[in-house]
Amino acid sequence: MSKQLVITSSPHIRDKETISRIMWWVVISLIPAGISAVWVFGLPALYLIVACVVSAVLTELACQKVMGRPVRIGDGSAVITGLLLAYNVSAGLPLWMAVLGSVFAIAIGKQVFGGLGRNIFNPALVGRAFLMASFPAYMTRFYVWKDGALVSQATPLTVVKMGGVPAVTYKTLFLGNYAGCIGETSVLALLIGALILLWRGYISLHTPLSYIGTVALMTWIFGGKAGWFSGDWLFHILSGGLMLGAWFMATDMVTSPITKKGQVAFGIGCGLITSILRLWGGLPEGVSYSILIMNAFVPYLDNLFRPRRLGERRRWI
Amino acid sequence: MRLWQEFYKGLLKENPILVLALGLCPTLAVSTSLKNALGMGLSATFVLISSNVLISLVKSFIPSRVRIPSYIVIIATFVTIVELVMEAYFPALYKQLGIFVPLIVVNCIILGRAEAFASRRGVVESFLDGLGMGIGFTLTLSVIGLVREVLGAGKIWGYPVSLDFVPVLMFALPPGALLVLGLLLILKQVGDRR
Repeated sequence: MSKQLVITSSPHIRDKETISRIMWWVVISLIPAGISAVWVFGLPALYLIVACVVSAVLTELACQKVMGRPVRIGDGSAVITGLLLAYNVSAGLPLWMAVLGSVFAIAIGKQVFGGLGRNIFNPALVGRAFLMASFPAYMTRFYVWKDGALVSQATPLTVVKMGGVPAVTYKTLFLGNYAGCIGETSVLALLIGALILLWRGYISLHTPLSYIGTVALMTWIFGGKAGWFSGDWLFHILSGGLMLGAWFMATDMVTSPITKKGQVAFGIGCGLITSILRLWGGLPEGVSYSILIMNAFVPYLDNLFRPRRLGERRRWI
Repeated sequence: MRLWQEFYKGLLKENPILVLALGLCPTLAVSTSLKNALGMGLSATFVLISSNVLISLVKSFIPSRVRIPSYIVIIATFVTIVELVMEAYFPALYKQLGIFVPLIVVNCIILGRAEAFASRRGVVESFLDGLGMGIGFTLTLSVIGLVREVLGAGKIWGYPVSLDFVPVLMFALPPGALLVLGLLLILKQVGDRR
């Protein structure tokens, strides 16, 4: 009997793309920011990156062994978490604190929820929030690398929060040679990484553009001292963790909405919260908290913007 | 043998916090240090035993339609005793625990045991049940309090652990309480499955 009709169940279209391939491309796209971090913040930045990545991978290994799950540390997702956490801390953070943050990010932020794909919140940001709540003094003191030593310096956003005028040009903000978290300062390096992700098709412009656009709009309208519509929006989108957050953390496949409309709503929500925290909040920067807060709304956004069948009623919540 | 079990079950098998998940509000709020946890635990234990015994004594006189208000009145009486004694003899602890001492009145472990146990069992059993549940509550609370005090403040019973210890502040904050409770629940579950 000849086989003329083959019956199989879905999926029918197969792709070469795998989770680990995507993850390792994301790691590659994060390398420019790492190079910039070492250039601006010197060797301490390199130590931080290595410590965070190694401890993240080891924690993932330990958790998967203890919980009796298949060991999948080769897929690169723990490496990304480690890298992003390192990019989210100050260069002067003691290494053991960074390691503790990394362990917390993987164990509590990811594995407790069931591992890759099941975590509600971005693990790296969970780690950062833990460090912010635990060691606020160490997390909010920022440095630059000068003549082989770390020199304490206020971030431009802190200067603005204190009511001053930051002494940085847009070019400095774009290139990243100023105080801040080690991976967030260089917009140029982050945009190179973002281009790689866009070229590979792993992220779309929906979340980042709506996020950055909302922050620009909000800070332009409300951010100025000379009344409405006088804010320095270019300063606000170039400084702080906005570029790192918008391109690399708000676009995390696991913790962001599936549909394009949902992603736009997600980005707008992040932008609103970030602007509110920056302009009227107690802390100078709000990117990490805004993404964490919006992470919690993702199931609702997914449901709200789910494609409907013809005639199907939309159910809120 | 059966009586012994009524006492024993509260420690681990039916631990009020870890298994019944009752009384979580004081658990999360006052477990910032071992001292607070022990003070809270012992106060609740006293109220629990006394109200259990009294309720099991008077259970046949209380019409079932007004039993909950009656239990509350009985419990509130003992809480008032605890409150006045604590204010007189342990003013520092009383200040630390604050509103959570009067709130023992609505502690759901106490009301839960009154409704589920003391209102249908004998005096001796109710006494042992209250003792076991109280000790289980106190022990669990103390473990959480100890962990949070060591990690969040770098102290044990108010004394510094080490001079160059950098406290992990989050454990002194409410999220730290939830986290320690969650990890304790994991330990309990893992222990049960072995």
